[in-house]
Amino acid sequence: MDSKSNREKIISEANRLRWELGENLYDTLMETIYNNASEIANKAVTYSDKKSPFSFDRTLDKILTSKYFGIPIMLMMLAFVFWLTIVGANYPSSILASFLIDFLHPELKNIFLSFNIPNWLVGLLIDGGYLSCAWVVSVMLPPMAIFFPLFTLLEDFGYLPRVAFNLDAIYKKAGAHGKQALTMAMGFGCNAAGIISTRIIDSPRERLIAIITNNFSLCNGRWPTQILIATVFIGSLVPAYLAGFISALAVIFIAVLGIIMSFIVSWALTKTLLKGEISAFSLELPPYRPPRILQTLYTSLIDRTIFVLWRAIVFSFPAGLVIWLISNITIDGISLANHFINFFNPVALIFGLNGVIFLAYIIAIPANELVLPTILMLTVSHLGLNDFGAGSGVLFELESIEDTAKIFQAGGWTLLTGINLMLFSLLHNPCSTTIFTIYKETKSWKWTLVSTFLPIILGLLVTFIVTKIYYLVH
Amino acid sequence: MSFQEQKLSNNIQPDCANCPIHNIGNLKKLGINMDDFDFVVALAGNPNTGKSTVFNYLTGLRQHTGNWPGKTVTRAEGGFEYHNKKFKIVDLPGTYSLLSTSVDEEVARDFILFGQPDVTVIVADATRLERNLNLTLQILEITDRVILCLNLIDEAQRNGITINERILAKELGIPVIPTVARSGRGIDDLLKMIYDIAIGNFKTKPIKLKSNSEELNKAIDEIVGLISVEFPNLPNKRWVALRLLEGDQSIINSILNGELGNIKI
Repeated sequence: MDSKSNREKIISEANRLRWELGENLYDTLMETIYNNASEIANKAVTYSDKKSPFSFDRTLDKILTSKYFGIPIMLMMLAFVFWLTIVGANYPSSILASFLIDFLHPELKNIFLSFNIPNWLVGLLIDGGYLSCAWVVSVMLPPMAIFFPLFTLLEDFGYLPRVAFNLDAIYKKAGAHGKQALTMAMGFGCNAAGIISTRIIDSPRERLIAIITNNFSLCNGRWPTQILIATVFIGSLVPAYLAGFISALAVIFIAVLGIIMSFIVSWALTKTLLKGEISAFSLELPPYRPPRILQTLYTSLIDRTIFVLWRAIVFSFPAGLVIWLISNITIDGISLANHFINFFNPVALIFGLNGVIFLAYIIAIPANELVLPTILMLTVSHLGLNDFGAGSGVLFELESIEDTAKIFQAGGWTLLTGINLMLFSLLHNPCSTTIFTIYKETKSWKWTLVSTFLPIILGLLVTFIVTKIYYLVH
Repeated sequence: MSFQEQKLSNNIQPDCANCPIHNIGNLKKLGINMDDFDFVVALAGNPNTGKSTVFNYLTGLRQHTGNWPGKTVTRAEGGFEYHNKKFKIVDLPGTYSLLSTSVDEEVARDFILFGQPDVTVIVADATRLERNLNLTLQILEITDRVILCLNLIDEAQRNGITINERILAKELGIPVIPTVARSGRGIDDLLKMIYDIAIGNFKTKPIKLKSNSEELNKAIDEIVGLISVEFPNLPNKRWVALRLLEGDQSIINSILNGELGNIKI
């Protein structure tokens, strides 16, 4: 008898015997295991009568996962974390900028020029590559160094599963899996990580929903964009002492909008492309543990902050080169960048954006972190604002929020542009790493394309509607 | 491991090997450098019991740990050296059972079944022992060389839960090591036990689940007979037979495509 028929015989015998044994086999087995486990546990474990175990946890859970207070408490905690990030990051950011950009940049340039390196090469490497890295570091490092440790402390404490618990009922109504809330929380750090974490979801249908909607969690590459734009456009609408608070609220609004979008899209998918039953699951609420402060600070700085920052630098150097090149290579006396921007400006205006933003989003496909530096640099070179920089393709010196605001004003930005950039930053294609991860996890080009283009379509739709409303009011 | 090899490895152990200070001094964290290793250690357990913390402690790696179930969805690998033996350690995703419904459970089960670790350390949450034992008993069906690492005993004590490790070890037939992985308490004993089981100094006698049903036992015997013809080298034939009787699709597939035969002994 050959091997194949041998194997088939094993299976057919097993199938026959399964019928003979009846349906209860699985239950009998599980019962055996559970009875054995409980018997052994009873022999080995004794409980003291003094207090019931986990009374503190239960009390705390009653508040944190309460029907009425659960979600408001969650939002307040988020608000506090963002407020600390926004308020705390401003000062170190300007110190870093003045060191890396004001001081080090001209020094480096002089050193390179003193070696008789050709002008264009110095421009490409220092004005393009180095400056874009320096910009990314000074803008991203401080908020990340504040945000990640705070978030990790909450995680270490055991708060994340409570968030999932609070959102579970809404996800169920949307036809999705409750564990999607956990994968979404991972996405707030990094969408690629969030997509890998969807492996905890058993059903392929619900897992696919979680993958497609993960991009609606603002990832850490997009937080700085949100924070800066909110500070410039929203915070400036109110008196200075309220600016930090109102900016934080605006960022929260965008984050919550992302969560709402993930509900809506999940719901729409379950009604159309991905119909099916909701599977039940049990979510274990782990005990609260006192967070290990020092270790958390260390790991979140080393593993998260430095890791993310390094990735941003690796991507920003070549992007800086690209920006410099397209700003300095000219056709008919106009740079490539300006050709593109002028061509797309009329289309972009329909969505309350502009050609610079469109181009920036194409250059920044490898990493969301690059969007803002690219936008600022392109605006400067497009307008030829030489007060702010040393010429085309040079990332200018940015010393304060006021300077940034001036650039935006000169570029013709309005409150509408700011709002729509925040919205588009939430609703656009995932970065290339995330797209690749989606393909690796789903093994399907179809779903990878859906996950990539669905957010862009939604983003254009939302900004279009907001633009219409804005012009109605104004 | 043969008797001679056992004797050999006993001989090269210094006399002070039992001294705890000396033991921890022998730990060399190898991080991810593990080109050649002598033994493979699997870390299994329910979600959120501290597997990654134990993993990090032993390897010196800083895999991100978090207080929520389902953090590790892929297996992480690292290495350490202890008493001149190199160990590769694999951190498996936490599971409640080995019945494999989701990808992460399958990763854990396939590794214990197909990866044939030399030692499997089950990291259990001392505050929820009974539920953790469900998985322990299932793992004991697949492999004998198991250590129960009773983690979070500080939390258990805080909540008025006392566990008699000796009774537990006797009932299960495997060593039980109480630990607080967060602070490193008990890790030294764990290391020594991993070493002892790996080189064969310590033999476990785990309890096997016994079914009351004559019919079932007969059916298992019949399937085991058939499996022995096709896959004579397969360990845990009983467990595979049981899975087949339950109609576990992934085990059925691995029989049909012959993957089950690729297991090394």
